[in-house]
Parts: sequence; C-alpha cells; structure tokens
Amino acid sequence: MNNVAMIISKRLGLGVLTMFMVSIIIFSAVNMLPGDFAQALLGQSATPEAVAAIRKDLGLDKPIHTRYFDWLIGVMQFDFGTSFAKANFATYAGTTADVNFGSVADQIAPRFANTLFLAAVTAAIAVPLSLLIGVLAALYRYSIFDRIANISTLTSISSPEFFVAYVLILLLAVLNPVFPSLSNIHDGMDFAQKLQKTMLPALTLTLVVTAHMMRMTRAAIINLLASPYIEMARLKGLSPFRIIVFHALPNALAPIINVIALNLAYLITGVVVVEVVFVYPGVGQLFVDSVKIRDIPVVQACCLVFAAAYISLNLLADVMSILSNPRLRLPK
Amino acid sequence: MSATEPLVKISNLEIDGIADETRTRIINNVSLELNRGEVMGLIGESGAGKSTLGLAAMGFTRDGCEIVGGNIMFDGIDLVTATPDVKRQLLGKRIAYVAQSAAASFNPAHKIINQHAEAPLCHGVSSRTEAEADAIDLYERLRLPNPDEIGFRYPHQVSGGQLQRAMTAMAMSCRPDLIIFDEPTTALDVTTQIEVLVAIREIVEQFQTAAIYITHDLAVVAQMADRVKVLLRGDEVEEADTRTMLDAPREDYTKSLWAVRSFQRPQKPLAKKGAVPVISLRNVTAAYGSNDPVVRDVSFDIHEGRTVAVVGESGSGKSTTARCITGLLPPMTGEIAFQNQVLPADYRKRSVHQLRQVQMIYQMADTALNPRKRIGEIIGRPVEFYLGLKGAEKRRRVEELLELIEMDPKEYINRLPSELSGGQKQRIGIARALAAEPKFIICDEVTSALDQLVAEGILKLLTRLQEEMKLSYMLITHDLSTVRAIADEVVVMKDGLIVEAGPKDEMFTPPHHAYTDLLLSSVPEMNPDWLDELLAQRGAENLGDAAVSKM
Amino acid sequence: MMPSLSFTYWSALVVAGALALYFGGRQVGNASGVARLRDMSATGALGYSLLVVTLYQGIALYFGPGATFFKWAVHGVVGFGIAGYLFQQLGRHVGTRATKKLFRSMPVTAALGILLILAYALIAIFADFIAPYGQAEIFKDANLLPGGDPGMGGSPDHLLGTDQIGRDILSRLIYGAQNTVGIAFVTTLLAFFIGISLGFLAATIGGVLDQVLSRIVDMLMSIPQLIFALLLMTIATAWFGSEKGMVTLFMILIIAVLDSTRVFRLSRAVGMNIVVMDFFEAAKLRGEKLSYLIFSEIAPNAFAPLLAEFGLRFCFVFLTIASLSFLGIGIQPPLADWGTMVRDLSQFIAYAPFPVVGPLTASLPLMAAGAIALLTVAVNFVVDWMLHRASGLKE
Repeated sequence: MNNVAMIISKRLGLGVLTMFMVSIIIFSAVNMLPGDFAQALLGQSATPEAVAAIRKDLGLDKPIHTRYFDWLIGVMQFDFGTSFAKANFATYAGTTADVNFGSVADQIAPRFANTLFLAAVTAAIAVPLSLLIGVLAALYRYSIFDRIANISTLTSISSPEFFVAYVLILLLAVLNPVFPSLSNIHDGMDFAQKLQKTMLPALTLTLVVTAHMMRMTRAAIINLLASPYIEMARLKGLSPFRIIVFHALPNALAPIINVIALNLAYLITGVVVVEVVFVYPGVGQLFVDSVKIRDIPVVQACCLVFAAAYISLNLLADVMSILSNPRLRLPK
Repeated sequence: MSATEPLVKISNLEIDGIADETRTRIINNVSLELNRGEVMGLIGESGAGKSTLGLAAMGFTRDGCEIVGGNIMFDGIDLVTATPDVKRQLLGKRIAYVAQSAAASFNPAHKIINQHAEAPLCHGVSSRTEAEADAIDLYERLRLPNPDEIGFRYPHQVSGGQLQRAMTAMAMSCRPDLIIFDEPTTALDVTTQIEVLVAIREIVEQFQTAAIYITHDLAVVAQMADRVKVLLRGDEVEEADTRTMLDAPREDYTKSLWAVRSFQRPQKPLAKKGAVPVISLRNVTAAYGSNDPVVRDVSFDIHEGRTVAVVGESGSGKSTTARCITGLLPPMTGEIAFQNQVLPADYRKRSVHQLRQVQMIYQMADTALNPRKRIGEIIGRPVEFYLGLKGAEKRRRVEELLELIEMDPKEYINRLPSELSGGQKQRIGIARALAAEPKFIICDEVTSALDQLVAEGILKLLTRLQEEMKLSYMLITHDLSTVRAIADEVVVMKDGLIVEAGPKDEMFTPPHHAYTDLLLSSVPEMNPDWLDELLAQRGAENLGDAAVSKM
Repeated sequence: MMPSLSFTYWSALVVAGALALYFGGRQVGNASGVARLRDMSATGALGYSLLVVTLYQGIALYFGPGATFFKWAVHGVVGFGIAGYLFQQLGRHVGTRATKKLFRSMPVTAALGILLILAYALIAIFADFIAPYGQAEIFKDANLLPGGDPGMGGSPDHLLGTDQIGRDILSRLIYGAQNTVGIAFVTTLLAFFIGISLGFLAATIGGVLDQVLSRIVDMLMSIPQLIFALLLMTIATAWFGSEKGMVTLFMILIIAVLDSTRVFRLSRAVGMNIVVMDFFEAAKLRGEKLSYLIFSEIAPNAFAPLLAEFGLRFCFVFLTIASLSFLGIGIQPPLADWGTMVRDLSQFIAYAPFPVVGPLTASLPLMAAGAIALLTVAVNFVVDWMLHRASGLKE
C-alpha cells in the first residue's frame, strides 16, 4: 500500500502545482489588459484625483507580483476580491455618500451552487444511461442496436450544444409545452419547481455527454472482451452472466471511472453555452456576462473555479485508475 | 461409449475464417482420432491451423471462424450441433484448455486460487474448501515453490514458468477427460521450459488424461506425445506414432522439417596469433541510467570471416552488448575497438566511415523495415548514403544486392514490405546491411521469429555471404541449434557476465561451466527418451530454473 | 387510420411484445427447431419489440396530421441515405483503380460524409457566385418571413426572408459557409503546423526539450479550452475591440495555439511509437540528419493517424468558433457566420406553432445551427471509417 500512497501523493502534489501555475496564467492573462482601468471605468467623470483614489482602493497601484500574491492569499480564503460591476463608483465622482463594494464571492457562491445542481441532475441521468447503452452496445456489437447507437451518438457529439438546445426547446417547450424554455431558478423555489425548470438544460447536456460516455464505455468494454482471460473464462464453461460480472466488470472499473471523470470534466465547458441559451443563473452565464463587460475580478474568479473543477476531476480519474489497477495496488 | 470407441473423433472437418468480406479456408478436410489417456502431438508451422483444430476439439471457434463441414464427436456427443448449454457443461469440466500465455490468460483482478476453484464450483464438481485443498495438492505435485501460499497471490506476482504450471493445475481442477495444450512453452526460456514439460508429462500420466499437445518444436513433441500429426496450411500431411515419425517420415514436407536441425557448417580454425580482430570489446560495463549494470566487464574479440555466437537467456545482457558496439548505449567503463582503433562511445560522435563498418540485422522483420518505403528505396538509401551512387548506378547496385540475397530484382524492387513473407523481409534486412559494404554485422536473434524451414534458408544465406565477402558476424541467440549450425566461437552470458567462452566444438563437449552444462542439457533433442534419460540422470529437483537458482 | 400512441401505450406495448417474444419464442423455437427463436435472450426480445413498436409509431406519425418537423426529419434522413448510397455506387464504378477500391470498402455513412464535405467545400469556395446578394447588403424590407409568399409576410426576392437589420438570410447562410468553414479550416491547419513540428521534434530529440514542451502543454491543457479561449478573447477585444479584422485574426491565433496542444500530444505519441522501431534505429545509426529522420522516416508512417486527427480537430475547432460566435465573442459582423446567425435568429423559434408559415420560420435558426451540425457529422462519419480501417489493418 505504501507504493500506492506514494504515487497518489505525487499526483496530488502535481495537481496542486498545476493549480498554482494555472492561477499565475489566469492572473497574468487578465493583467495584460490595456490602458488604465480606473480611467475606463469612470469614463466621463474621470478626474485625476478620482482615478488615483480608485486605483488606490482597488489596489491597482501596487506592483504586479504583490497584487498576485494578495489575490492568491485572498483566493485561498475564498475571498475573490471585489467585483467591478457591483462596485459603486459613483462615489468617486462625488455623487453619493457611501462606498459600496460588492464582493465577487457573493456573486459566485449562489451561481456555483446552481451550476452544481445542473451538473448533478445531468450526471444522475447521463451516467447510468450511457453505461447501460455502452455495455449493451459492446455485448451486441455490430448488431442493429449497436449500429443505431453508433450513428445517433456520432450525430449527437457532432452537434453544437446550442443546436441540441434549440431543437429541444422547439420540441419540448414551444410545440409541446412540457418544460419552460427559460430556466431562471432562484432561491425560494422548492425542489420540484427547480427540477422542472432545470430539466431542459439538463436534457441538452445529457444528450451530448451521454454520447461521449457511451462511445468510450463501448470501446473500453470491447477492448476488455478481447482479452485472453475472457476467452479462458469462456473455455472454462462459465455462464455469460458470471463472465461479465466476475471477470469483465472488475477490470472494466478503471476505464469506466476514467471515462466518467473525463466526461464530467468536459461537462464544465458545455455548461457555459447551455446556461446562456436557457438563461440559467450559473457560473457559466456569469462568466460570459463578465467577459462582455470586462469585470476583471469576476472573470478571474470564474476561470479559477472552472480550472479547479477541471483539474480536480482529471486528478480523480487518475487516482481512481491507479487504485483499481491490481498490478499497482499490490506490488510483487 | 464402449471402451474401444475413441474419446475424440473429428471427421473431415472444414473451418473457414471470415475477415471483413473475404473467406479463407483455415482447416481443410482434417480428421483426428484420440483414445482415452492418449497424447497426440499437433505439429506445424505458424498458420497451419493447429490452434483452430485444438479449439475445435472442444467445440469452440474463435470470433471470425465458422465450421462449414465435417463432424466433431466427443464421447458420443456431436459438438457441431450441440446447444450452447450442452457445450458449456463440457467445457472446463470434461475438456480443459491451457493457453500459450499464462500471464494473459489469468484475470489480473482475482487471486490465482479463486480462478482455479471457479470451474469445479460452477460445474458442481466439489465445494470451495475441497477445491482449494485440491489446488494446493496439485501445486505440490507440479513442484511449485511454496505450494501452500502461492495460490493466494495475484497473477502478476508470480513468474512466467510458475504461472504456466498453475494454469495446468487449473485445467486439471475438474479432472477432465481431455486437455488441449496450446503451445504452452513457446514463450518460455529453455531452462524454464524444461520444468514445465516435466510437470505436464507427469500430471497427464498420473491422471490418465488424454491430451492434444500443440507446438511447432519437434524435439518437444518427441518427448510429450504418443502419436504425432503434421499440419501444413490447414491440410493434413501425415500422422504416425512418435517413434515411427521420427525414424521414418514418409512425406517430403515432414522430412524437410526434420532436416532443419541437421544443417551444420564446419567450424573454422582459430585466428592466427597476433591477428588484428575486427571488433574487440575490452572490459565493457554498461547500464541504463543509474541502475545496476546490465553488462559487466565483458571482453571478447571477433576476427575476420568468423562468427561469434553470444548465447544467453533473456536478461543476460546480450542485446545490451550489441547496443554498446553500435554506439547507442555508451558504456560506463571499457572501450570498443574496430581494427584496433578505439571507436567513440556515442554513435553521434562517430564518423560516417566508422558507422558504416558496423551494421545490424534485427529480429522482428515487421519493425525492421519502414512499411511505407518500397524495397528499392530501403536498400537504395544506404547505397546512396554511403557509396554516393545515384540514378542508374544506384539501381544497378540495388539489383545486384537483391540477386545476392536470392530474390528476383524485377519482381521485388517495387514491392512494399507488407507484401513479403517473414523470411523474405529478413533477407531484405540482410541486403540493407550489405548495402553499406561493412566488415561486421550483428545478427540479433535473426531467426527466432521464423519457422524452422525458413530459418534454415536464412542461415545458409548468411554462411554463403560470409564466405564470399569475408564478413564477421556477432550472432545473438538463445537457440542452441542455431549456434551449432553456424558459429565458430561461443560466448555464454548470464546476468551480464561472461560465464564461458571458447571455440564451438569445445563448448559442446564437456567439461563446462555448470550453467553452460545446464543450458545445453535443457535443450530438447529429437529423441523420445531424452527427457526420461535426463530425469534419470539429474532427478526432477535439479532441472531448469530451480537448478539455476541454486548456482 | 393509424392512431399515434401516447407514451403509456407505447411502453405497455413494448413490454407486452418483449414478453411475448421471449416466452413464445422458446415454445415456437423448440417445436420448429429454429435456433434463433429458441435461444433468444431477454434483452434481444426487448430490443426487437422496441424496434417494431417504435417503427409503428413512426409510420403513424408520418401519415398522420401535424408533426411537420418529424416529417421533415424523416425526409432528411431518407434523402441523405439515398444520396449517400448513390454517391457510393458512383464512386465504385467511376474513377481510378485506387478510388474505386476505396469506395468498395466504404460504408454508406462514409460515402455520405465525403459527398457532404465536397458540397460544403464547393459552396464555401464559390459563395460569391451562388449567393443572390451580398452578405452585408441591407434592404429596406426587414423582418420578411421565409416562404416567398407576399400574402404570408414574405417576398419572392428573398426566399428565406430577411433579418431584423434587413439582410437577406439565404445569402448570409451561403456566405456563412465561406466564413465559418474557411476560418475553421485555416485555424486547424495552423494548429496542425505548430503541433506536428513541436511534437515530432519532442519525439526525436527527446531529453530536456521534450520535458519542457510537455510540461508547458500540460499546463495549457489544464484549463478547459472554451473557458481559456473566452478569457484570451476578452483581452484581444479589449486591445482591438474596434478593429473587427484584428479580433478575428486573434481568435484564429488563440484557438490555433490552444488546439495545437492536443495535436502536439498526439504527434508526440505517434512519433514516439515510430522512434522505437528498428527501422528508425537503423536510420539513426546510419548517421542520417534530423530533417531526413523526420520527413522521410516518421512522417509517412504518421500520416494515417494524423489525417484522422485532422478531421477530429477540425470538428472541434469548428464547433468552438461557432460557440464563441454564438456567445458574441467570435467572428464579428459584418461577416456572415452561422454561430452569430443562430443567436440573431433565435427568437424565431417561438413562431413554431403558427400555422403554415410557422414551421419554416422557426427552423431558420435551426438551419444555421443545422448547417454546423451537418458538416461536423459528415466529417465524423469519414473519420470513424478511417479509424475503423486503421485498426482493422493492425489486426
């Protein structure tokens, strides 16, 4: 077990290092923006004193590495700084009395919860469905079922998310009003209401993610079924059920978990477009909106959240593969 | 089911193989009869259909294979028309299978003993405790180390030869009437092989099991089988009991198989004292990275027109020595000299002239030739690179080389490697080496992947070329019959050290180093009593890897 | 005459059919000796039952009233199927020996894929000649509905109508091929150029260069591509917001660099596989130069997997550019682009329930999105076939 513990801690260390490097990339990328922000934000009412005051308050006058470390330390305490959009800059122009800085964390937290909810609903449908279809397609490969599954999943992964989204809106919201086409959920809704409003975006994501997962599962199982030890099990006269459950499945765990984790990681990018189409109040939509109005701290924070989720899921896939490989778990 | 009825009766069997849309006949009108307790050897080159026939005796066909004619009867049951349920009841219980690679045939996720007990449990032959106790008993009979606990390990924790014996035990778990052994020792070292052979023979005799033993090694089949059947590309060639087959084969093809081992070139006299060796290794020690040295203090000379065979099992350091000579692995200490001039250790620092003198021929013809280049280009490039010939002159030289390796230039110069057979590809590899007009060629297991007949052709070609062009060869091999065929001097390596070195004739007559002795004695001979005599001489404890570990 | 089934009826029928097939099949199979019926498994019975009942449902829907979109979908699938089949037969009998052999081993899907790719290529190249009007040409009549019928709010001059600003939708759809596909193609080429050169160098030279490049690529790949692209596009638009051409140029560069990471990984892996082969070692030992090793030994053997990857990467780049444009941060107006068109036309979906002109109007945004999906599906069909061939050859 010592061997495994070492490999896993190395991977974890690598993950942390990657996060660190990613934060540097994000920070430097964002700070390559041109001109003087304070100037741009104030626009017309930009007097030199107001500009200097804003720069001081937002900490834009410190050297870049100081700013980076301040930000990093803040991040680790879940303080992502202040949002430019929510900040009330009017005070600097002398029109109102109190300064009000909305924190980025306040903006992101509820949105993050929403996105997690969407991802959870999607995963709950997609994972069992794709595993089932993938295993069946592998067992009955080249049959009509397999061919149909192959063509439909190929079509599904080739379609952009917004195509699938609008087709579903057409069929399930406009023509047959089963679900609402706008998914504006908010706190205070009960679970059933939330679920109903979330179904369409979840279905859209499901269609795309299931396709990927099903194909990968099918490929992994076909690969497995070609192994000599499966042939050996058949030659020992074991029932097909026993062969699948006792011989194939234990070895299929590693590739399947890998597939699931990788696809959940892929889900993160898909969330963005879907949230925009359905106006779902999640991190993706916040990100796109902030990009458009150039709300730097929010953009930074969203990127970081996405990257963290992506890296963690990839790390999870990695660790699970290691744990389920008996050759690594039990050394010679 | 009277006592005189054969256990297995295959009549006029025809099996087709289907790949995409093409059909090929794999088994063509083959018949086979096997009585209880009898061992039949199935001999043939690769592609003869031996595996397919062995599996057919179980009523099993691999994906892509289809039975299109004939009958398979096992103890009165027709296996061609039987339902899947009936067949499943036979498999594992009354007919068992031992595959070629034990490492691939054991499920890496479960312990060995669990996989052993699976068949008896599922077929209702015994309870779990009974099955486990029986397993331990079988392991003991097969002389596995630590029989009480070896079963409780996972497959990757057990060595190849031991795993093969564990698979034999697993096949025995339901005490079947018939076991199919599909090339069980082909992938093993010679010293490991002999232990497995002894184990298989003993267990088959103890339990009076009938067996079909599939192999391409004639000497092995001589030890194991009562009767031998020869297959060639799906056709039956000949069948007879072992002694008759060995002493008086009828068909030409059978006779040619037997003849391979008799090719022998007389040994050349030793080089004159003081002659400058073509290649000289002096105290070479080399390692990969910062690990333990794989080659330790190795020194030997290779003289002009001579063949030095470097023999050893896997891990002995033979291939690493070759890499040092070519400059791919600079040694930690020691030097390599060409005609008494020290060569730079790293190939990148050698001059083109120096690189030219040392050429290599590889084992696997599939990876040795660039699959996207035509034969003319493959041979032509060194001609252009080293000799500076271009255009018509280059083409003429390429044609000369093709004729030298006995292949018609007009037919082959524009072919791709995928269109050639294994032996032909190996000849192209030789031509490519010759194109540089070197003094020294390293032959790295050049015949190991080839069938015996084809291998003999290559060896004869190499001998002829050596005579005509005064080439020096370093022959890396683990096959002692190849050594006997064309070597002048022999160097025996074990664990990176030279255990013994000297002229070939001396090596093959005792006295020798204990390891050489073991190596030589572990190679099966074409004498059906060879294994019995060896056992009588040394006792079962003193064979193979067990004996090696005692050294 | 054939009633369409509600969901409850449909599922009930499927289950009933499955049970009938499973148990009945055993009886009939045992009596008549038909092995297929006798050995039918539960999942097989379920599968066949599902097929039959769904087929019935499809036919009932098709011949019944309404369900316009379903009928269009059926027409589309059947039409494509026939087109693909005809093209496949054409290719089997016309052409050089090599192309005929290629078409013989091709399934209908791959043939259809090639046909579609050729069609898109032609439209993209000859857009100027095919389109009735310019892509940025503004007409007086905005918001014309499609159909060409003045009584229904359309106009015979604009078959697919005009958008809110008054631009002809049909022309913009055609020019969209040139812009979206063209830009995606150029971006993929650039990504490949960068990825392959660095990948092969890493495989051949190895050592420090390989380590450094691999680490950098790992870092770049740990941020999801769309997110990273959006981030970098923010900076690009901040610097060059006003110069639309520069924004598009930056988008090409950003996506090319981000995508080249995957190409790097693949070409490095393919390169490493080749570098350990004996024939490569033989060439090295000859003293061949690096350029010879890469171009003459590695490249020809890497061609097949890299070509398949080119198809896959093109699809991904194409979809990413379309998504970025859909979000408003990709290809900028006045260039016609399918992603932007989907966003601009998306409100027309609500017109679907309107009689007669409803379905056609509602499908306008779907046409733009569908054009994207169709090309990607076509490329994927072809790549799927290529990969199937390659793996078959290895066995």
